[in-house]
Amino acid sequence: MIPAKFDYIKASSVSEAVDLLDKHGFDAKILSGGHSLIPAMKLRLNRPEVLIDISGISGMDSITEEGGEIVIGANCTHHDIATSKLVNDDLNILAQTAKAIGDIQVRNRGTLGGSLAHADPAADYPATVLACDATVVAEGKKGQRSIPISDFFQGIFTTALEDDEIITSIRFPKVKNGNYQKFFQSASRFAVVGVAVVKSGNEVKVGITGVADTPYRAKGVENAYNGSADAADHAVDNVEVMSDHFADVEYRSHLAKVMTKRALEA
Amino acid sequence: MQITLTVNGKQYSNDIEPRMSLTQYLREVLDLTGTHVGCDTSGCGACTVSLNGAAVKSCTLLAVQADGGELTTIEGMANGNEMHPIQKAFKEHHGLQCGFCTPGMVMTAANILKDNPNPSEEEIRHGLEGNFCRCTGYHNIVKSIQHAAEEINN
Amino acid sequence: MGKFVGKAVKRREDARFLKGAGTYTDDIKLPKMAHTAFVRSPYAHANVLSIDIEEAKNEPGVIAIYTGNDACGEFGVPCGWQVDFKNGETMREPAHPLLTKDKIRHVGEAVAIVVAETLEQARDAAEMVMVDYEELLAVTDPKQAMEAGAPLVHDQWEDNAAFDWCIGNDRAEVEAALESAHHVTEMEYRNHRVAPNAIEPRSYIADYDVNADKWTLYTSTQNPHLIRLLLCAFVLGIPEHKVRVVSKDVGGGFGSKIYHYTEEALLTWISREIGRPVKWTSDRSEAFMTDAHGRDHVVKSKMGFDKDGKIVAHLTDEYCAMGAYLSTFAPAVPTYLHGTLFQGVYTTPLIHLNVIAPFTHTVVVDAYRGAGRPEATYLLERIISKAAKEMGMDPAEIRFKNFIPPFDGVEEAGYQTQVALQYDSGDYHGVLERGLEMLGYEDFRKEQAKAREYGKLLGVGFSSYIEGCGIAPSAVVGALGARAGLYEVGHVRVQPTGKVSVFTGAHSHGQGHETVFAQFVADKLGIEMDDVEIEHGDTDQVAFGMGTYGSRSLAVGGSAIIKSIDKILEKGAKIAAHKLEAAEEDLEYAEGKWTVKGTDKSISFGDVSLTAYVPHDYPEGLEPGLDFSSFYDPSNFTYPFGTHIAVVEVDSDTGKVDVKRFIACDDVGNVMNPMIVDGQIHGGVVQGIGQALLEEVVFDEAGQMINASYMDYAMPRADDIPMIETDRTVTPCPHNPLGVKGAGEAGCIGSTPAVVNAVVDALAHLGVTDIQMPVTPQRVWKAMQN
Repeated sequence: MIPAKFDYIKASSVSEAVDLLDKHGFDAKILSGGHSLIPAMKLRLNRPEVLIDISGISGMDSITEEGGEIVIGANCTHHDIATSKLVNDDLNILAQTAKAIGDIQVRNRGTLGGSLAHADPAADYPATVLACDATVVAEGKKGQRSIPISDFFQGIFTTALEDDEIITSIRFPKVKNGNYQKFFQSASRFAVVGVAVVKSGNEVKVGITGVADTPYRAKGVENAYNGSADAADHAVDNVEVMSDHFADVEYRSHLAKVMTKRALEA
Repeated sequence: MQITLTVNGKQYSNDIEPRMSLTQYLREVLDLTGTHVGCDTSGCGACTVSLNGAAVKSCTLLAVQADGGELTTIEGMANGNEMHPIQKAFKEHHGLQCGFCTPGMVMTAANILKDNPNPSEEEIRHGLEGNFCRCTGYHNIVKSIQHAAEEINN
Repeated sequence: MGKFVGKAVKRREDARFLKGAGTYTDDIKLPKMAHTAFVRSPYAHANVLSIDIEEAKNEPGVIAIYTGNDACGEFGVPCGWQVDFKNGETMREPAHPLLTKDKIRHVGEAVAIVVAETLEQARDAAEMVMVDYEELLAVTDPKQAMEAGAPLVHDQWEDNAAFDWCIGNDRAEVEAALESAHHVTEMEYRNHRVAPNAIEPRSYIADYDVNADKWTLYTSTQNPHLIRLLLCAFVLGIPEHKVRVVSKDVGGGFGSKIYHYTEEALLTWISREIGRPVKWTSDRSEAFMTDAHGRDHVVKSKMGFDKDGKIVAHLTDEYCAMGAYLSTFAPAVPTYLHGTLFQGVYTTPLIHLNVIAPFTHTVVVDAYRGAGRPEATYLLERIISKAAKEMGMDPAEIRFKNFIPPFDGVEEAGYQTQVALQYDSGDYHGVLERGLEMLGYEDFRKEQAKAREYGKLLGVGFSSYIEGCGIAPSAVVGALGARAGLYEVGHVRVQPTGKVSVFTGAHSHGQGHETVFAQFVADKLGIEMDDVEIEHGDTDQVAFGMGTYGSRSLAVGGSAIIKSIDKILEKGAKIAAHKLEAAEEDLEYAEGKWTVKGTDKSISFGDVSLTAYVPHDYPEGLEPGLDFSSFYDPSNFTYPFGTHIAVVEVDSDTGKVDVKRFIACDDVGNVMNPMIVDGQIHGGVVQGIGQALLEEVVFDEAGQMINASYMDYAMPRADDIPMIETDRTVTPCPHNPLGVKGAGEAGCIGSTPAVVNAVVDALAHLGVTDIQMPVTPQRVWKAMQN
């Protein structure tokens, strides 16, 4: 398996990467960890002419606390996140999520920014970033902007990023009480259903991935929640549930409720 | 493109196509054929090597991405004729049969034990989730890693 | 037990594998080697309207492009087994071309091959080959393939049947017995299709030496000699003595690397065309499309019982897919490797099996670990468990009630089945008793009842299997349609210094022959293992061989070596007698030397060896040298057996099955190396659990395999599986010199029904009586809802 030919450019700064994106447009792809992109390129399902490697850009792989928020560089790997003391202490649900992704080797390479930008409907992070009300910080020709996560996911493999924008970091509020529950697909170990629940007082925020072509906040659950996990019954309210060989609509809907219930009870 | 990297302690510099995977580079350019390819989608783990101390699937990495890096492959695990404790344990506990997945298993085991010198059986099994073995049923691989951990810790 | 036999001797092959120094075919690089890429059909059934290679030809690095119009063998790869229709009609045997000219019969069928300087160039140019297809309706399900109006795979026949075959007692007699039975248990299900998935993809390098007019084919095969025979005599018509086939290190086979594949022959042909070595290594995606799959039986079965729970009759009808063509052993798998095991370990007096084997628009189906025997065991062990439940009997009790009583095959005769075979020796009670002990059956039932009170779903499943291994007596299989003998060759060359080189026609691709064979050779000769080298996988080294499959290596290949050692000892005794000035019959051989009985006069094996090669003082009329080759043709199959027990817990919310314990008590006859036998059992068990819980090839309506990658085809990973608890009983095989029966397939044959039985047991109180494999969370959850 060998990809079609392409040019490879290692960007040394965000502005260089943005300029390259602007210059090459649709022919270019950003390479971070590459764990979704490279297999697709090897199967020649994806054939960019230019790969812009952003993994060497300094300052994009740190995890810091700024003004009460946890700021995670887009190039942080799942392993970085899973083992960060700061994340484990103040944003534990994200560490739980990172640990649930792929395997050791994938976690050593795959990045948070790459996963979010790729917007695979079965990826794990989307549930958690939604439940956490995170903010995606992106930079493009017009400069830097913050995208509320509620606006970020727009469809299958589709996000609010402009063609010339890359994610530089993701900002999270601190989360004390959060839980991620995943039912994985037995071959790929992607999420058939992934549910993230963030609780504060009597309120919950519930992010769900794997169920619809776009990850979503389960407002039905959030509205019905009054301390009882029975609210999980609303996990797929007003959602067009996906179907595949591993889980049809009925079973996937059921799993969404079960995983939501477990996350609410945790 | 010109890349320079260190593999098993030796520096190499080569001009390669950007589309060349790290596995291809190791196998075709450096003739280090101990790193194997079992799939196209980073599912099987046979291609696992250590890059800057972390286990990675070299078939899902372009060689250019490893530029400047420090690699250890299965060929670099032994110290001369003295096998690494993980290699020894695999032999002692029949942790391999056809041998094809074995380099990836050993390299992954090294990462498991680096992160967690005293893993439980469950932690070892979880740690191996990125590596397929079709021969051993994993039983003796898990046993080998348990014994390697003991050996390393003593 | 000797000094080495019976001991857990560590493997001598491990060091090279652990250091990354194995030599798998894809590791080999030859000077001037060209690379290839195939153009394969994206359709399951289509007419090829045109193939345009002009643009591709001009791509950088392209050496040649071949299509089906090039003369690369007219009939293609042959089938090695003929199973005729029960009405006497000859098996329908289509040509299986190396490259198809006009008609596509499965996704991935090769239309053209691009040969280029580099792999990258071959791949790039292959994309430029333009093929115009007319897509046609496809059929992938074997039962649907036999329905009226089903799309025909081969137009020359009126329907898709390759053959329609039966075995056992007269059908009417079996039906009558079922009519009058006290209870009849019925089952309808699919023993679904799986992909073998050896982790090393297939790889071939053909190297034609123009000066010598000789070929060397490096291939990842389980049986190099058979490949050479088929390639030379049937496909390319080239002289056999001009071809050397080498398969050194092979990364797992599980059956899928037995067969002669089109790519092997095509590369051999190409290497002469271009006068250069040429290589092809399969991608995993190609492997899913082109490696022979396994299983794929659609089954309808009835088993009748008397009021005491004794089986009185068994009738089964099956549709078993062949795929688009007939692979090397395909017709034998659902027939002589399957129907002949329908006796199981039970005294069933009346048995009838009918098998219709249709062509389907899929890649071929052939032997996959166990081959026909897992399918037979699955049926017997599921239906007897289902019957027990229906009749309110305990699943262990119904088995004990029906077991064939113990027999050793020496004092007591072998057991004659209703389905052609005669079992060699067995004690089926013993393994179940031991299995129940290991489980702690009574305690388990208490734990299960208690767990149910808390809503926890625990289940236990049993499987009492038998298999026919040590394949096989040539005359018997010849009468059953085999087009080859199934003996084995063992060549033992004693070097002048007394060191021993053994050449075997058996092939190791993980089984550890280099170690195990050296163990018994060393013991038999009374020498050190270090003085014995085992060579395999090279047709220039070994006279002939039939390779490794059907758990035959030790039983047949080992026996051939023993035969040669016997000849060496016999000749050695003549030399020893001469040197010791004694009569041959006064000598005894032990611990590596011949001794005159009752004296301390002796001569060592090494001295005799030297004398054989430096025959100055030598018996008159005796040829120099100590070098014998033997063919061993077994007198019967061997019949390993055992009991497998699975304990599962089902997540009542999600339907996910967790295997909590797996107990395997097997009887594989005598054991040469317990460490290796255990390893074979572990691996087989996990493959069987894989079929039960995870693995399944799924086609869509158009004949596309929808899960042809490791992103979608699920196989067991380390955290899906518990430690396997193993034990054994030993009932030696009475008819081969080592007393061995074979262990390679046992795990895979016994485990699958044990797991499904356990899942059904866990849900029995909810009214669940059967679940289609693989018992995925979705299927289990749905079964719980009904």
